[in-house]
Amino acid sequence: MTVLDFSEPARAARKRDYELTGTAGRHAVETGLASAEWYHTDVPRKEMKALMQRSDGAAIRDTAVWLGAMAVFATGAVLLWPSAWAIPLFLAYGVLYGSATDSRWHECGHGTAFKTRWMNDAVYQIASFMIMRNPVTWRWSHARHHTDTIIVGRDPEISVMRPPDLARLVLNVFGIVDVWHAVIDMARNAGGRLSAAERDFIPPQEQPKVIRIARIWVAIYAATGATAIATGSILPLLLIGGPRLYGAWHHVMTGLLQHGGLAEDVTDHRLNSRTVLMNPVSRFIYWNMNYHVEHHMFPMVPYHALPRLHALIGHDLPAPNPSILDGYREMLPAFLRQLRHEDYFIKRALPPTARPYRAEFHATPANPPATAE
Amino acid sequence: MSEWIDACAVDDVEEEDLIRFDHEGRTFAIYRSHENAFYATDGLCTHEHVHLADGLVMDHIIECPKHNGRFDYRSGEARGAPACVKLKTYPVQVKSDRVLIDIA
Ligand code: FES
Repeated sequence: MTVLDFSEPARAARKRDYELTGTAGRHAVETGLASAEWYHTDVPRKEMKALMQRSDGAAIRDTAVWLGAMAVFATGAVLLWPSAWAIPLFLAYGVLYGSATDSRWHECGHGTAFKTRWMNDAVYQIASFMIMRNPVTWRWSHARHHTDTIIVGRDPEISVMRPPDLARLVLNVFGIVDVWHAVIDMARNAGGRLSAAERDFIPPQEQPKVIRIARIWVAIYAATGATAIATGSILPLLLIGGPRLYGAWHHVMTGLLQHGGLAEDVTDHRLNSRTVLMNPVSRFIYWNMNYHVEHHMFPMVPYHALPRLHALIGHDLPAPNPSILDGYREMLPAFLRQLRHEDYFIKRALPPTARPYRAEFHATPANPPATAE
Repeated sequence: MSEWIDACAVDDVEEEDLIRFDHEGRTFAIYRSHENAFYATDGLCTHEHVHLADGLVMDHIIECPKHNGRFDYRSGEARGAPACVKLKTYPVQVKSDRVLIDIA
């Protein structure tokens, strides 16, 4: 068995390199940290089977509400345009376009939201377009995120690297950095090229699909831009593409809480993921991904069964943050501290009923072993 | 040349479910379909070598517990990304309430 050295001197000796083709990634592969066996709470097979069961009902209802509300808000906003009364309607439309799509993309990417395959695929394609994530590229990047969650140099979806880039975080509240990268990626892919990182995690047989989809999207955005120019109005851009900027704030707000300020390079989701209890509106927009430890530990459980899973395994997990505000009160000071001490992370205490963390992954001088409180 | 081995009792596998069966350093998955037929495949997903026994059987599909890749467990065909490589399948017989698989 490989013994992993996560002591602080060992970490300090190798500078964090988040590039997928860089030194940290190679080190993770060599030491067995990549594609490792992760901790799971024991759940009897019978109960897990019941939790994994698929159904269409919840997702059809939620999708009808989601798309129906978007249609209502968009129609109202267009009819009221250019009066200021259109603004609140655009803001609501924007959140459903630029934020609710993040969780729809995610759940349908896992294939768990609906029982019926084509429904998952259809919503996945629509949501991928709106959130500006190439559905092929991001399916593979998300698979890697689940294999190597917050493993430096392996996980392509680490949203806050250390030391945290706070300017980037603020810009992303309005989707600016993400959209900038999405446009560059789309243009590169539409031009028939993939980056080295894309070639690293997308199998060769899937790569032509990346290019085909990018070309279709470029055509849609070009048509939207042409319509805006022809009509002399920004209305088309406020309806297509634009909401990815002005409606992104909610998914950024909830998304940062998933792993922000927590451990890197561990193989226990209780140490690197955060469950946050939140209001029903945010949970609808976020499709229950606030149960994030549970989701990572058991990605087969559909979003609508996550509250049940949370109730079943809560005894083995750190206590959830009771609100979004509480999550930020924990996370933001950690970001500030990481500006000076890159190796700092939040170590969440386990309840006495939980199986302890494996000490070798988090006992460093900067972070002594967590004890149950 | 066949090599039939006794994998489990019929009742060890619930309908529309699977179990893991290890034999001489190899690992297999034994399935019982909703039509009460038995099948066997390699026990590890071809994507990242995760045990399929923790996955979900739906009709004739086994969904991998790690990234939800899908296979038709009758033929081994990959049916959903990130599963792309076919799963090896093995002949199965049921004799006297025992499930036998040919691992040759
Ligand atoms: S390990 Fe099975 S789909 Fe990835």
